[in-house]
Amino acid sequence: MAAAVATTPTTTPTAAPGRARSHRGWRATPWLFLLVPLGLLVLFTYVPVANMVWYSFTDWDGLGEMEPVGLANYVRVFTDETYVQVFLVSLYYLVGAAVQLVLALYFATLLSFRTRFRNLFKGLIFFPYLINGVAISLVFLYFLRPGGTLDAVLVLFGVSEPAQWLGDPGIVNVSLAATSVWRYMGLNFVLFLGAIQSIPSELYEAADIDGATSWDTFRFIIAPGIRRVVGLSAILAISGSLSAFEIPFIMLDGANGSTTFVIQTVHTAFEFHKVGLASAMAVVLLLIVLAVTWVQRALFPDEKVDLA
Amino acid sequence: MTVNVRRTVRSLSPVLEPVGVILKYASLLVASAVALLPLVTVFLAGFKTKQEFATTAPLDVPQDWFNVENYVTAFTQGRLLQGFVNTSIILVVSLVGTILIGSMAAYAIDRFDFRGKGLVLGAFLVATLVPGVTTQVATFQVVNGLGLFNTRAAAIVLFMGTDIISIYIFWQFLQSIPKSLDEAAMLDGANRFTIYARIIFPLLKPAIATVVIIKGIGIYNEYYIPYLYMPKQDLGVVSTALFRFQGPFGAQWEVICAGAMLVILPTLFAFLFLQRFIYSGLTQGATK
Repeated sequence: MAAAVATTPTTTPTAAPGRARSHRGWRATPWLFLLVPLGLLVLFTYVPVANMVWYSFTDWDGLGEMEPVGLANYVRVFTDETYVQVFLVSLYYLVGAAVQLVLALYFATLLSFRTRFRNLFKGLIFFPYLINGVAISLVFLYFLRPGGTLDAVLVLFGVSEPAQWLGDPGIVNVSLAATSVWRYMGLNFVLFLGAIQSIPSELYEAADIDGATSWDTFRFIIAPGIRRVVGLSAILAISGSLSAFEIPFIMLDGANGSTTFVIQTVHTAFEFHKVGLASAMAVVLLLIVLAVTWVQRALFPDEKVDLA
Repeated sequence: MTVNVRRTVRSLSPVLEPVGVILKYASLLVASAVALLPLVTVFLAGFKTKQEFATTAPLDVPQDWFNVENYVTAFTQGRLLQGFVNTSIILVVSLVGTILIGSMAAYAIDRFDFRGKGLVLGAFLVATLVPGVTTQVATFQVVNGLGLFNTRAAAIVLFMGTDIISIYIFWQFLQSIPKSLDEAAMLDGANRFTIYARIIFPLLKPAIATVVIIKGIGIYNEYYIPYLYMPKQDLGVVSTALFRFQGPFGAQWEVICAGAMLVILPTLFAFLFLQRFIYSGLTQGATK
């Protein structure tokens, strides 16, 4: 400790003897800078994760005694029909995510060529992504309600008996997944467009001279140039659809068969007060997301470095 | 084979090209309509009186474009005004905290060599993979244990403490600031804290702007954290205040629409004025 104090660089310029060693600084200095960030990281990320794993092996209502139950919670998550079914709801969002990526790619490619009003179109396609989730949910409750905007538009096209977009359990998840696509497509679109525009223009010019068609340009120049960002977006879209929450929760609170895995977890923890079971569900989701990310790292190594 | 196809395609190009152009603009117009229509009809509904709303269709324009009654109701009875105040407080405090915490962490990671650095980096890296919503089950116990439940501080510490992206943005930016600046200052006898505060921090301005934009949008739009940790009515933020419209105004769509519009408008203005920064900031933030 005494030695450390001796090498502390002082603000007086005459501290000549300490100068040579002062380049390395006081050994505790970096930790002083890291104290608060690390403290918060541990307190609000690692402690909860560790506790969650611990809770998942117990039967606990959040207040009373914790009772160890071994793997019972996990067995229930994978066998009880109510919990298995919510996994299936994710499939709607997975399909939605695929549609979202294809649309984003399509519009990004279109706008990467010379286009009139390009900035206007770019802004219009992107803006929904910025909107508050509660506002989006209310906007779409209004859009999809019986006699709402969608039905009014369909009347113009001669459809007089539209479906119950949110009332019919067979359709509700399609409506909600479509709302998610409306909300999130803009981000993928802007990322793809940015990646396409960072491809050097000489490549396009050379292709033009070689007589490439638009399709050739896409296939041989654009596609390889954006492979990475598309891969990353696909992985994010997969974890996003597994943890779909805000839109179905705010719009319907999981009614009519629209309960997703996260909604189920939240209900289990905060309404039914089964913290142990809910923790097991959260751990399962966490493991799935980690696995998906691991696959991404394996498929697209050093993504981090390049995109950062 | 492909050569033949290509030749056919090329020979057809005088016909195909105009068709392609028409299809291109047609699809762009459809996309714009899909993006706009849900918002425009909500905008229209916000100006309608209760009776007018009941008797007109969603696509009909309001009779009186200056009927702001629903907006007033949303602001006062709907407690949106209070929501804006609470959101602003949380936004400012969390942003200042995030900027300080993020830049300090990035400074320590980039400018020091110390034992355990790999471990620290790894700890931040792995944390980005943990989806926030799932761990709330256990985070709730921590926040509750600290006595922060139903205080603004709950949202503030969570926004500050679980934000790794801004550390990355600062770190990225720090790498582009030459280390010779630090060394020159050190030769002049400045200590590490002076270097951080006087030299590094002012140079981080562009990174701070990026963090403010990404984080600002994120906090303004955040729904779940305030919903879970601040259920008290007086602590409503923009999101939760608007969420609570569903109960009391359940049948008053014209008020709900006005409320939704009030929440969307600040975002719209921010987007119109900061477009360029938002695009580049989100590109940096989303790909980490």
